[in-house]
Amino acid sequence: MQKALVIDPVKCTGCKQCELACSYVKEGEFNPAKSRIRVFDFHQDARFVPYTCTQCAEAWCQSACPVDAITTNERGVKEVHDALCVGCKVCTIACPFGTVNYNASTGKVIKCDECGGDPACVKACPTQAIVYVDVEQAGFEKMKHWAKRTDAGAQASH
Amino acid sequence: MHHVILGAGPAGVLAAETLRKQDTNAKITILGAEDEPPYSRMAIPYLLSGQIDEEGTYLRQDAGHYKNHGIEVTRARAGALDAKHKKIALEDGGEVQYDRLLIATGASPVRPPVEGLDLPGVHSCWTLEDARAILDLAQKGDHVVLMGAGFIGSIILEALVSRGVKLSAVEKEDRMVPRMMDQTASGMLKRWWEEHGVNVLTGTQIKQITRGEDRLDVSLSSGKSLRAKLVVVAAGVASNTGFLKGSGVDTDAGVKVDGFLRTSANHVYAAGDVAQAKDFSTGEFSVLAIQPVAADHGRIAAQNMAGRETPHRGSLNMNVLAALGLVSSSFGAWDGIKGGDNAAMCDADAYRYLRLEFDGDRLAGVQAVGFTDHIGVARGLIETKLRLGRWKDVLMKSPERLAEAYVACAQGIR
Ligand SMILES: Cc1cc2nc3c(=O)[nH]c(=O)nc-3n(C[C@H](O)[C@H](O)[C@H](O)COP(=O)(O)OP(=O)(O)OC[C@H]3O[C@@H](n4cnc5c(N)ncnc54)[C@H](O)[C@@H]3O)c2cc1C
Repeated sequence: MQKALVIDPVKCTGCKQCELACSYVKEGEFNPAKSRIRVFDFHQDARFVPYTCTQCAEAWCQSACPVDAITTNERGVKEVHDALCVGCKVCTIACPFGTVNYNASTGKVIKCDECGGDPACVKACPTQAIVYVDVEQAGFEKMKHWAKRTDAGAQASH
Repeated sequence: MHHVILGAGPAGVLAAETLRKQDTNAKITILGAEDEPPYSRMAIPYLLSGQIDEEGTYLRQDAGHYKNHGIEVTRARAGALDAKHKKIALEDGGEVQYDRLLIATGASPVRPPVEGLDLPGVHSCWTLEDARAILDLAQKGDHVVLMGAGFIGSIILEALVSRGVKLSAVEKEDRMVPRMMDQTASGMLKRWWEEHGVNVLTGTQIKQITRGEDRLDVSLSSGKSLRAKLVVVAAGVASNTGFLKGSGVDTDAGVKVDGFLRTSANHVYAAGDVAQAKDFSTGEFSVLAIQPVAADHGRIAAQNMAGRETPHRGSLNMNVLAALGLVSSSFGAWDGIKGGDNAAMCDADAYRYLRLEFDGDRLAGVQAVGFTDHIGVARGLIETKLRLGRWKDVLMKSPERLAEAYVACAQGIR
């Protein structure tokens, strides 16, 4: 069964445990700047929005990569292979969601890979604003809806 | 159905893979003029800097990839096209019959009319063959002159610097990357390179190159001259359309295509650096010679070749440039549109600059120096033409809140 990260911003309290968990698991340090998930804080509106890669079916980051460093795994997740990534950053401008980032300390790009099927952000989230569920579940529709609303130039993903 | 693709670059490879997804039975052939497996030109700088070997430049890392997908890759240069009889004549004899043809022959470096550019020790930096020559000549401590500091020139600049050569970059226009960034941004870039020991000469032309005993002498419009072991020419590129003369395929700056990437000849399409296709920002048809556009074109052209009508709504011009730790980028109408507002923040000492250009309350263009986080939202905002509403006022005061504005608008927090 294919699983996906489903984010419900309404449930997010802005505690940012997900950012800490992500950077710790991925980088070995508690450093939100290196987290693959980011909580946008709209305090004026009392809203928080956890934000990360939605693993596009036809991913711009992947097709723009000049050296085959981004591949799709069996779970449909787009993974960056550090050994191949040259740090050219073309994927960071090609991704219209802005969810591939350049990590200056390694010279490679980073993005969410769902932690190999056991996402740390999900475990860290105390309010189930981020869950990891079967894609058939209703929540996935919501995520697709979100992806569509932010879908840039849908032309290439037809 | 036989799909023939001329060109083994990213546009050609993406097209072949897309065709295979659309049609499991079609015969798919890629003809590439170079004696290499399909590779990425834009990986060459990383080969020069020693980060990867030649294999690292290959577009697909699995050697069996093409075979496994039933894609035949052949070394052959197209010499002429007979669109009426759906035939391509190959340069070294023989011909290939097609049902659908994709022209993805890319571009080649132009050689300005300067005496001495044909001397040994003068090279373009466009192919793996060029890279081998440069690797051989550009050793630590060697004097190297780079002709042209546009986008590609500036990328090569970083690679050469990382090889430890003594570098002079000569640009005839008044600033570096004149077609990617404004005076403020390119001024920062120039200062950055000068601080890193590069001799950057803008507003200067190379007049002549002559061969001395053990070196090249490069005379400049300023009256001065530079000596060099190697001169690298990065003075622009032109689409490879020469073989299409008399074929019935209309060309201009590149191969002219319509909103479906079809050329003027039946069953013939074009993609990538060779295609003169729609620019998202200007609405005009021009050649956008960049990697992400080649990939998008390749994919869209292939969908249409396979009979799945897919419009090409226009590609966004976008570039990202690294300069030893200083990263800059630009998107779309970075120089603004008529009557549009703009907002900028600049901290020259910290090498940080961000300029946003608006069309009403929509984002139209971005330039960024020293900003990389979530920078892709610039593309998202421009291409979706998302209305910013009150977030425009936020961005007018604080351009660096771009990603926040994007997420907010997409989430309906207005
Ligand atoms: C040094 C360097 C750095 C670059 N850096 C960047 C960057 O950072 N970002 C970016 O966006 N872009 C960059 N580019 C540009 C990018 O590489 C091109 O936009 C891209 O390669 C275009 O892809 P394409 O498939 O259209 O053409 P190409 O990659 O040029 O491929 C064309 C293919 O056609 C073949 N061919 C040519 N003529 C014929 C013929 N008559 N018959 C058969 N085959 C033929 C060629 O051999 C080649 O295989 C860089 C380019 C260079 C040279």
